[in-house]
Amino acid sequence: MRARENIQNWLDERFGWDELMAFVRHKTVPTHRFSYFYFLGGMTLFLFGIQVATGILLLLYYRPTPDGAFESVQYIMAKVPFGWLIRSIHSWGANVMILTAIAHMFSVFFLKSYRMPRELTWLSGMILLFLVLGFGFSGYLLPWNMLSLFATKVGTDMAAQVPVIGHWILVFLRGGDDVTGATLTRFFGIHVAILPGLATLFIGLHLLLVQRFGMSLPPNVEADWKAHPDKVRELRFFPNFLLRELMAWYIALAVLGCLAAFKPWELGTKADLFASAPAGIRPEWYFMFMFQTLRFLPAKIGPLPGDVIGVMGFGAAAAVWTLLPFFDNDKSGRGKRWIAGLGIFALAYFVGMTAYAYLAR
Amino acid sequence: MMTANFCMNEKGMRFSLRSRVASGAGPTLGNHGEARQAKIKFALFLCGVLFLLFASPLRAQTKNSCLDCHSKLEGAMRVTSESIQSDVHAQKGITCTSCHGGDASSDDKSKSMSPAAGYLGQFDRKQIPELCAKCHSDAAYMRGFNPSLRTDQLSEYHASVHGQMLAKGDDKVAVCIDCHGVHDILPPDDPRSTVYPVNVAPTCGKCHANAEYMKAYNIPTDQLALYNASVHHTELVEKGDLSAPTCTTCHGSHGAAPPGVKSVANVCSTCHVIQGQMYAAGPHKIAFERMGLGSCVTCHTNHQIVHPTDAFIGTGAGAVCLNCHIEGDTGYGPANQMNKELTGLAAAIARSNDILTRAEEAGVEVGDAQLELTEARDDLTKARVEIHTVTLSQIEPDIQAGMQVTQKTWKAGQAALAEGAYRRKGLLFSSAAVLLVLIGLWLKIRDLETIDDSPNTKEEGQ
Repeated sequence: MRARENIQNWLDERFGWDELMAFVRHKTVPTHRFSYFYFLGGMTLFLFGIQVATGILLLLYYRPTPDGAFESVQYIMAKVPFGWLIRSIHSWGANVMILTAIAHMFSVFFLKSYRMPRELTWLSGMILLFLVLGFGFSGYLLPWNMLSLFATKVGTDMAAQVPVIGHWILVFLRGGDDVTGATLTRFFGIHVAILPGLATLFIGLHLLLVQRFGMSLPPNVEADWKAHPDKVRELRFFPNFLLRELMAWYIALAVLGCLAAFKPWELGTKADLFASAPAGIRPEWYFMFMFQTLRFLPAKIGPLPGDVIGVMGFGAAAAVWTLLPFFDNDKSGRGKRWIAGLGIFALAYFVGMTAYAYLAR
Repeated sequence: MMTANFCMNEKGMRFSLRSRVASGAGPTLGNHGEARQAKIKFALFLCGVLFLLFASPLRAQTKNSCLDCHSKLEGAMRVTSESIQSDVHAQKGITCTSCHGGDASSDDKSKSMSPAAGYLGQFDRKQIPELCAKCHSDAAYMRGFNPSLRTDQLSEYHASVHGQMLAKGDDKVAVCIDCHGVHDILPPDDPRSTVYPVNVAPTCGKCHANAEYMKAYNIPTDQLALYNASVHHTELVEKGDLSAPTCTTCHGSHGAAPPGVKSVANVCSTCHVIQGQMYAAGPHKIAFERMGLGSCVTCHTNHQIVHPTDAFIGTGAGAVCLNCHIEGDTGYGPANQMNKELTGLAAAIARSNDILTRAEEAGVEVGDAQLELTEARDDLTKARVEIHTVTLSQIEPDIQAGMQVTQKTWKAGQAALAEGAYRRKGLLFSSAAVLLVLIGLWLKIRDLETIDDSPNTKEEGQ
């Protein structure tokens, strides 16, 4: 105990430790019937940490070349002690992280947590979501198997539909006109250096904004508590909320362990640049709603190709969705009705189109 | 300075000329000599353009009175410009008169079809090989169209059964036009051609599968039906492998004849080289020759060659060895043993493949073992080829090598399954540990909130 006090004193003299701990002790989290949604952000952050840790371990063996990528992942899966576990947790963790990030976004949307003064928190969160999707897209190619090769071809072809700069984006992403070894090296660089750097920056900003503004209350709870101050319920962040969050993280870890043990992530067959596309080429589940939409579109819509209209439509929808807080300036605090309707439509479209894409195959 | 603009429209070439003397920007024509030279150049240029304008339509309008009349006829006499459009001869500029003689430029029948104009009229079937050979046997002439085209078709035809029977006066046998067509002949590499590899068997079958037509020759007419049930037909027609054999591959085309008992092995080994060599080195070659049996066809038959299985060899049901061998003779025991060796290795490969598949389904990476197992499959393939030596000692080394690989991969499969079970046990322990931590956390939370008397920390929050 004495050693602990000595360390605390040492830290306090230099960094104002007691002051920092006083802030942490006074931080609270509102308790109401929607409080469970507060766990989603922390869960996404925890899974991001898992991705960083497992990603660094994979880097010890992974080789980002067309001749070595598939073989190195195969080596990790077959020969490296617990390599199968690390790789499977990394692959499954990526999907679960994207799921929790999307769930976090919709919960923030439906609880109206993006309202003033939290517009920038929403904006930084949306940028983080795009970065997470970028992690998923770039990481999918790295095992260099047939499915990932052709899914990357399809994905980058979609980017090429952007008017005027589409071809430039395609060449930038692929490192040439076709998906080759240059694309693999490029995606590796994006996956392990550029995106982590940007993500760290925006996670820092996002957390800073969350600390600055505190946890948001849903409009009806806020109104109720304002009218009846005796109903206010809050939980200390440290340790009460954090211990609960820790429980959720442990459960997530157990789920990832189960998935890795019972359904290790497949390796597939090595990518062959000269082979024809195998059957069942599809992107990861989180891009399926876009993929299915583009399949529904006719070859021509008016004077423009259907794909161009589709990609432009998704671009415009993403822009509107990202800037939603700036449209929702309703003074009552309840938000505009059309925005709530838009959210329900977006969620239904995402879930419905994804489900259709899997069921119709 | 002079400029000329050309543009094309649907009616042909249109020409517009614009000339101007540049004042300062270009060279100035300073004297009469230069001006005259420019006029001559212009006149020559104009002549060239006029030639281009009119030469082409004039050529296109070449008179063909043959088609004028024959396009109005019916039946076999009907020939239209449309029907000969894709004919390889018409495309090369070879017209009706090239074969039939006469004068196609005259509408007057007495002139166009007069002997004076060299008119030959309709040909007798017996004349056709010689007629076609007038060009096709002339190497110097054919070089002008296709230098790589063979010019020995007529001599081959004379050596064929068809040619020999035609020489004897049988005009029912096939001549050039029966296989290639008459006025709509397509190059053999055109998929619509009657002699395109995929179409050869039906073309031969037009006569050879016609029992009524072939009645007088006293030969079977089931070849086409048998061939259609063969592995060769599957490869050629269903899988589209144009290198797979059809009738002409074994019988020849222009020199078509049955291969004969002695040359069957040579014919088959054109493609099945290794099998041919092994057969020639084995005891069956001498035995079959002594017995007057056709080599390959004795076991594989001729037209209905099916994909061989391991059951072909041995002493069980479907074994072709039993066609000649009986229990107790010198070949019976080895045949039985060879079957055991082949089926044993095939079963061992299937067993290893099964355990590796189960391990893979359990999520354990077994790519190396699966790759190794392909070596055993290669050994089995080699042993199946070596069967053509009908010598047990020839196949045993490959069978043993394959068996060693299957044992190794079987062990790898067992280890992979054990690894899968180990992972599940590990998961059980780690899940138990996670559960203990969760219980600990829950107890800690309860403890904390009991001390606080309530999770409501309102007073701290305000």
